Order: sequence, then C-alpha cells, then structure tokens
Amino acid sequence: MTTKILSLNTSLVRPQRNKRSLQQRRARAAWLLVFPALFLLAGVAGWPLLRTIFYSFTDAALDTPEVYNFVGFDNYLSFFDGEAYGVLGDPLWWKSVRNTLWFSSWSVSIELILGMLVALLMNQKFRGQGLLRAAVLVPWAIPTIVTAKMWGWMFHDQYGVVNDLLLRIGIIDGPLAWIASPTLSMWAVVFADVWKTIPFMALMLLAALQTVPADLYEAARVDGATAWQRFTRITLPLIMPAMIVALIFRTMDALRVFDLIYVLTSNSEATVSVSGYARDQMVAYQEMGSGSAASVLVFMMVAGIAASFLYAGSLYNKEKQV
Amino acid sequence: MKLTRRQRYLRSKSFLYLAVVVTATFCVFPFYNAILTSLRSGQDLFLPNYLPTTFVWKNYINALMVNGIARSLLNSMIVATVTVGGCLLVSITASFALARIKFRGRQGLLFTILCVSMFPQVAVLSGMFELVRFLGLYDSLGSLILSYTTFSLPFTVWVLTTFMKSLPVELEEAAIVDGAGLWVIISKIFAPIMAPALVTTGLLAFVGSWNEFMFALTFTISGENRTVPVAIAMMQGSSQYELPWGNIMAGSVIVTLPIIILVLIFQKRIVSGMTAGAVKG
Amino acid sequence: MNKYSTGLLTAVLAGTFNLAQADTIKMECAGFTGINKDYCAYIKQRFESETPHKVNFIELPQASNEKLGIFQQVFAAKDGDAVDLFQADTVWIGLLDKHLMDLTEHVKDMEADFFASAWQNNVVDGRVKAVPAFLDSGMLYYRKDLLVKYDEQPPETWEDLTRIANKIQLAERNTGKEGFWGMVFQGKAYEGLTCDALEWISSYNGGSIVEPNGDISINNPQAAKALNMAANWVGTISPKGVMGYMEEESRAVFQNGDALFMRNWPYAYLLAQGEKSPVKGKVGVMPIPKGGADGKHAATLGGWQWAISDYSNNKAAAVLMLKIVTDADSQKKLFFMGGNSPSRIALYDDPDILASAPHLPAFKAVFANAIPRPASATKRQYNRVSNAVLNATYNVLSGVTTGEKAVADLEHRLKRIKGRQWK
Repeated sequence: MTTKILSLNTSLVRPQRNKRSLQQRRARAAWLLVFPALFLLAGVAGWPLLRTIFYSFTDAALDTPEVYNFVGFDNYLSFFDGEAYGVLGDPLWWKSVRNTLWFSSWSVSIELILGMLVALLMNQKFRGQGLLRAAVLVPWAIPTIVTAKMWGWMFHDQYGVVNDLLLRIGIIDGPLAWIASPTLSMWAVVFADVWKTIPFMALMLLAALQTVPADLYEAARVDGATAWQRFTRITLPLIMPAMIVALIFRTMDALRVFDLIYVLTSNSEATVSVSGYARDQMVAYQEMGSGSAASVLVFMMVAGIAASFLYAGSLYNKEKQV
Repeated sequence: MKLTRRQRYLRSKSFLYLAVVVTATFCVFPFYNAILTSLRSGQDLFLPNYLPTTFVWKNYINALMVNGIARSLLNSMIVATVTVGGCLLVSITASFALARIKFRGRQGLLFTILCVSMFPQVAVLSGMFELVRFLGLYDSLGSLILSYTTFSLPFTVWVLTTFMKSLPVELEEAAIVDGAGLWVIISKIFAPIMAPALVTTGLLAFVGSWNEFMFALTFTISGENRTVPVAIAMMQGSSQYELPWGNIMAGSVIVTLPIIILVLIFQKRIVSGMTAGAVKG
Repeated sequence: MNKYSTGLLTAVLAGTFNLAQADTIKMECAGFTGINKDYCAYIKQRFESETPHKVNFIELPQASNEKLGIFQQVFAAKDGDAVDLFQADTVWIGLLDKHLMDLTEHVKDMEADFFASAWQNNVVDGRVKAVPAFLDSGMLYYRKDLLVKYDEQPPETWEDLTRIANKIQLAERNTGKEGFWGMVFQGKAYEGLTCDALEWISSYNGGSIVEPNGDISINNPQAAKALNMAANWVGTISPKGVMGYMEEESRAVFQNGDALFMRNWPYAYLLAQGEKSPVKGKVGVMPIPKGGADGKHAATLGGWQWAISDYSNNKAAAVLMLKIVTDADSQKKLFFMGGNSPSRIALYDDPDILASAPHLPAFKAVFANAIPRPASATKRQYNRVSNAVLNATYNVLSGVTTGEKAVADLEHRLKRIKGRQWK
C-alpha cells in the first residue's frame, strides 16, 4: 500500500500516511484481540441476561419456565382495585433499595479509607512485610458463607467474642443484641463486610501505589512538602484511575450484596437487600416474572451508579489534562 | 542533630510497627478465633476464649477424611488455576486492545463488558443452568471453569486496561519501529512489565473462584465434584439443625492455608515495582 | 423374620417391575451424612443385596431453602439423571406437588403404621406424594433440677411458664448468675419464627393463620394476645438477642445452663443430655404449654419426607429403595445412629428403643398432636405467607407494633397474596 503512494513531498507526508494505515491495521487487530473475551461474555453471560430480561415480561414460574404468558409491564408496576402491584408497587422493594444504598455507601467508604491506610502501610519497606501481606489477605481467603456464619457467632449476644471484648474494654456495660435489633444488625453486616473486603481494596490500591515513581517523592521531599501534601498532590492523582476502578467494582459488589445479609440476618425485612429481594421473589416464591423484573431493576440501579462513577472519573481526567 | 534524627527514625519505626500489629490483629483475629474453635469440641465451642484450652485434632481428621475436604481442595485448585490462566490470557489481549489501540466503539465496549457484573447473580443462575446442561457440562468441573472465567473477565479486563493505559507510549513505539507484531509486543514487552498487576489481579480472581458458592452449588451435585465452599456448607451435624462448628472451622482453616501460602510465594511479585522496571528496562 | 418379609416384599415388587434390568439410582442420604456415614452404608448394603440395583449417593446442602433452590432448577429442566429419591421438607409437598411421583399405589397400605398427622401432610388431593422419613416437632425443654429447687411443677400454660420463669430468673440472678434467663426460643426472622408463632397462636385457640379450607383466620383477639405475650418476654425473661437466635443459638444458652426453659426440636435432647453437657441429667421435655386454661397444646410439625422425582428414569428401583428406607429396621437404625425420631408409631413401644431412649414415649404424645404449617392450604404461595407471618411476628417482638395491629396488617397482606384464591 505505502509503496503505491505517489508523493512529491515524501519526507513530510509519508510518516503521517504510514501512521494512519498502521492505525487502521491496529484497529482491525484490536477487534481480533478483543474477540475471545467478547465471545465468552456474549456466549456465556449474554444469553442468561437476555433471558432474564425476556422473563421479566412474563408470568412464568421458576420450576416450569416453559409455561408463560406475556403480561407486559405488570411485573414492574400495575394497578388493580386501587392498589399498586408489581415490584415498584411493593413497599418492601423500596425498603430494600434504601437498605442497599445505606449499606453500600457506608461499607464502601469505610473500606476505601481503611483500605488506603492498609495499602500505604503495605507499601512501606520493613521487616515482616511478606507476613503482613499474607495476614491482610486472610479475610479475603475465607469463603463468604463461612465468614458470615463465623461473624454470626462472634456477634452472639451472650457468648460472642465481640460483646465479650467490648465489655472487657468497658465500652459497653451490658451485652448488645447485635443480630437482633434492626439498627445494630445493619452495622453488624457492614462491619463483617468491611473486614471481608479490605484485602481487595488494599491490594488494588497497593498495585496502583507501586506505579508511582519513587523519584517523584524524593523531589517533593526536597521541596519540603509535608507527608499530607505529598499524598494529596502526588500519590492520589497518580493512583486515581486504579482507585476509581476498584471503587466501581467494590460498589457494584456491595450493591448486589446477598449472602452476608442472608446468613447473618436471614433476609429480615429490616435488612433485606435488593438482591435478596430478587432472590426471594425468584427462588422462595418461585415467581420468575417478578424475580426477573426485580433483577432488571437491580441492574438498572447498578448501571446508573456505575455510569455516574465513570462520568465523575472522566471529568476528573479532563480536568487533569486542562 | 544526629541523635534527634535517630530519635525521629525510631519514633516513626515504632509507629510503623504499631500500625502493622494493629492491622494484622484486625485481619487475623477472626481467623485466629476460627483456629481456636477448630481445636475445641462439644460444650467448649460456645464459650468465648482467647487462648487454646484444648487440642482436639479430631475435627481436622473429620474435615479432611470423613467430609472429603481433601478431594474438594484438589477440585478447587484445578478450577481456580485453570480459571486464572484462561482469564488472564483472554483479558491481557483484550485489555491491550482496549488500552493501547484507538478504535471506534472502545468506550462502549468497555461499558458493555462492565454490564455483565451488574446483574444480581440469582438473575443469571437459571439461564446459566440451562446453558450448562445444553453444553453437557452439568455436574463437572468444566461448568465451573467456564462460568468463573466468564464472570471474572470484566474485573480483570478493566484492571489490566487501567494499568496498561498508565504505561508510557515510548514502550511500544520502539518495538513497532523494530517491526514487532502485536503478539510479540504483548507477550514480550507488556506481560513482563505488567507482572505485578497480573499477579495481583490473578490472585484476586483466584480467590474469587476459590470462594464462589452459588454456581458451585447449582452446577455440581455429586460429592466428588464439590469445590471447597460447598463442601464446607455441606458439613452436617447429626441433625438438620445442629451445626458441626468444630468441623466447619477446621475445614475453613484448611482451605485458607493454600491461599496464604500462595500469597507468601507471590508477594515479592506483587510489588516488584513495575514502574521501576519500565523505566530501567 | 423381618429380613425375610422384606425379601419377600422385594421379590413381589420386583415381579411387578422389570427385574432383569439393574438400575443405578441416585439418592440423597441427607441428614445423616457427615458424622453418620454408617447409616448410608447400611442402606446401600441392604439395597444392593436385596435388589439387583445399585445406588449412588448425592449430597445436597443442609439448609432447607438452598436445597429447595437446587430442586427447583433440576425440576425446571425436567432432569431425570440428577436425582431419583430425595428428602423433602414438610412444607414443600404442596409446592413441589407436580414434580413428585404419585406413590399412592405403592404405599397406601402402609398408612396405618405411620403417625396420622405426618402422613396426611403428604397427601395432596387424595394422592400420596411422599412418605414421612422421620418426625420433628416443637417441644418445651426445662431444667428439672431448678424446678425442684424452687418447688415448681412443669408449666401447664404459658401464664404458668411466664410466672415461673420470672421467679426463678430473679432468684438465680440473686445467687450471682448474672446471665441467667427464663426462656429462650427461635426469634430470628426466618422460618423457625413462623413455627414458634404458629404454636403460640394455635395454643390460644387463635387458629392456624390460614385454615385448611383456605380462609385467612389470623385477625382475631386470641392471636393478638399470643403475640403480645411473646413480645412481653423479650427483655424480661428472654434476652433481647433472642431475636437473632436460630436453633443452635438457643441451644447454646440452654445447654450452658443459662436458661430455664427452651423451645426447640427433638434433636437438642440427645445433645443437651450428652457426655460433656453442663446440664446433663437435668433436662426434661414436655409438650408446648397451653394458652390459658382453655387453650391447647400445639406443636408445629417438622421433619422430612421421602419423595421420588416424577422425572426419574428409575422409578421402579427408587420405589424399592423408598420401601427399604421407610421400613421399621431402617428407622430403628436411623434412630440409633442419628437420633432421628421414627415416623412409625409401633417403634415407640419397641423394647430395643425404649431400653436406650426412655424419653421417647414423651415425644410420642407431642408428635401425635403436632399441627402442620398452612403449607397445603396456601399451595405455591406458602413461602410468601410464611415470610409475611414471620415478619409480622418479628415486628411485634421488636416492639415496632402491637399484636392487635400486627394481625390486622397481616390479614391485609395475606389477602393481597391470596388474591382470588390460593394457587
């Protein structure tokens, strides 16, 4: 191709032309490179997802999915005899939305702060560094269902370690009913979740911290910047992209929280999450229609929040470039 | 002057170690508690204790032999290793394209990939079940490898894309001038520099599939195909209500050990300083 | 003798089905795995020696709702290979009805040998869909030694129980046992709370929430009174934490010697009387108290039922196995190896069993009067109904609402779920 180009001003035009065709070739190769991942995602995840969207407009039951009628948007919202039906007409759905948002915002922000501290700590050079890294990963390594049951016992009001420790330190003067009271049980869930997912945050942030060149710090130190200034001016901007990705994935996970709440408080109405609501509809009540509708709504909620994170992230990037 | 510097050094060191101790205690205490519990039996299980009182190894023997954790460990190893291998391979090529090549639809593609992890798991469960049966993978480890690889992809692709974007452009320009193909650029230049990120995401994906419960519970039904979390959940007392707590904790301790060993092996890699490598290399 | 008769039975059955073919059935050996593999080995040995078929065991999770989730997937796919013979929870029979094989022809002559309440639970529209594997029902545990010490009798009514619990709790705390409580039960917002609530309400003659004919009966003063009574316990004779307790959490408190009364299932008996238990030899069991002098003893029926998947490819062989696991020999073995209470009435007078478990006759009276949860009446909606019931009860326990208001709200909610009729 390039050889055919007739040009008077070869030395000037050619590199540009070259570059463009290279770009084109690379763009074509890009699709080839992305293909395996897309194929897997479309084949394995795409079909079940489309199926869920399809069933959200039917009245199918979980155990007989082949028998169904189309019911339009009835699973989402409908009115009958002056009462609202469907997922959006169910006060419990809105309660579960509030629960989920409350849980996600608290646990993700606590995780971010603690995870950052732990990551900064792991990034220091000291003896026993490897052991600390292993120790930090321990919570992540224990299967979630076991974590949940374990914390369930640790929160036992009479014999639980949590109450026992707090009593010994003297923070409380009588045992608290962690799992029993609606307000405390939500905090119990947040606490267990924070413990469980700090390793994820810390490792992601640590990997990002590793990309910050050490000489930048040296330069700042010579300039007399305080530790806080170094953190906010150098570290934070540089790890921001990785931090946003970690935040997005953690938030999406937190918004879909299920097993922890399910085991700790057995999906009681005071603590049920949107995923728990969808599961109850689908599995416990066998209503594939409203279960799927609830799932689609969960998807929309998560997608909306993730998109706004990304938007905030891109704004930040633009600002940086200006 | 020298003395104060030394004092300051000591002070910061002791702060550092204090922080290390606090962090480690916070992370490990429940696990320590699990170890204590796994060494007790009967009535002792119910009471809070901070030091080992008894050493009942029976729980470990029960967990390993009677409950078949040994077999499940092997299964989980196979599933998690293959998943991580496949997942990293597929996603490093994809993320190279997404991070280093400008092409139409790139942003949309990234967001579409992300969408896969936005549905609650229960929503895809019944569709996945049909698919697994259609492919003839029901009650086999293949079903788990397939589903874990797929559902870890969004995460690994995104993380690797982010890291690739942060690498300097000069890195591949030299290679392009040398006429190296894309595959060579990916495998010879990017993969080594990305090692810490690859190890970190690989580790997180490994632990993710190591811990996954719902798919494993639904797609396998016979004892010899169980993975670790399901095997632990299946541990039963002599009745529907009784929880064999000592056995469960012994099982949890056993299944956590491989992960800890893995971290100790790979921990140098996690932080081998990828920018340092990029600049020097 | 017994061996021969089963052998004969097998031969007769084998004649009706095709003997020439050796099938491999897949069955669940649930409730007995883990520590008790001996029982599974026993039935495997019997099945493979008495019939030409083979058996493979599958494992399913212990938690009832997870298990149900798996079955629904398998049945939705009409999978004939995943499972042939399995155990169904008492409340699943109405729910899974259309996926269960009709056993009427094969088991109808066994009816008289089983507890009537348990047998009837498995009959849908006159067809027998499952056979009781073992029985379970709520019962009241008490500390014999403490009742003697304070000169009290086991409580006949809930009012008695409340009074005794208050008195002994106060006295025990004065002796320095700070953490002593009068009563523990299952107060967490899960299926167990529905079981407890049904007992309270029914013992006050407040009906069974939804009656067998499908009428919603919950909105009545007796039911409200029952719920208020339980709410008054919380924080007085029961710890606040009881609202986070399931079976094992309550057993922990009782077995540590920190509670006078406990509502639980039979499994707790052997454990509380076990070798290392601090309350060994001090535990008594009795039927759930009556609600006032005019009330009745009401215990919620639990337990598991053997059922065969209607999609099974090996129905004939599965029926043979069903007969083996439900016969007297197997149930006896199960009792000795796993402590599960037999579903056959005659075994409660069996000399071997009585010799090793003198407490069992006390259970017999409880089982005979056990009441089922409204699962058959509410059909596929049962889980939804149960969820509404347990959340209403939980709200009363936590003081968010009163018994009177809760039953009125619950009636409204149940009517919404019911629509025109239960389906």
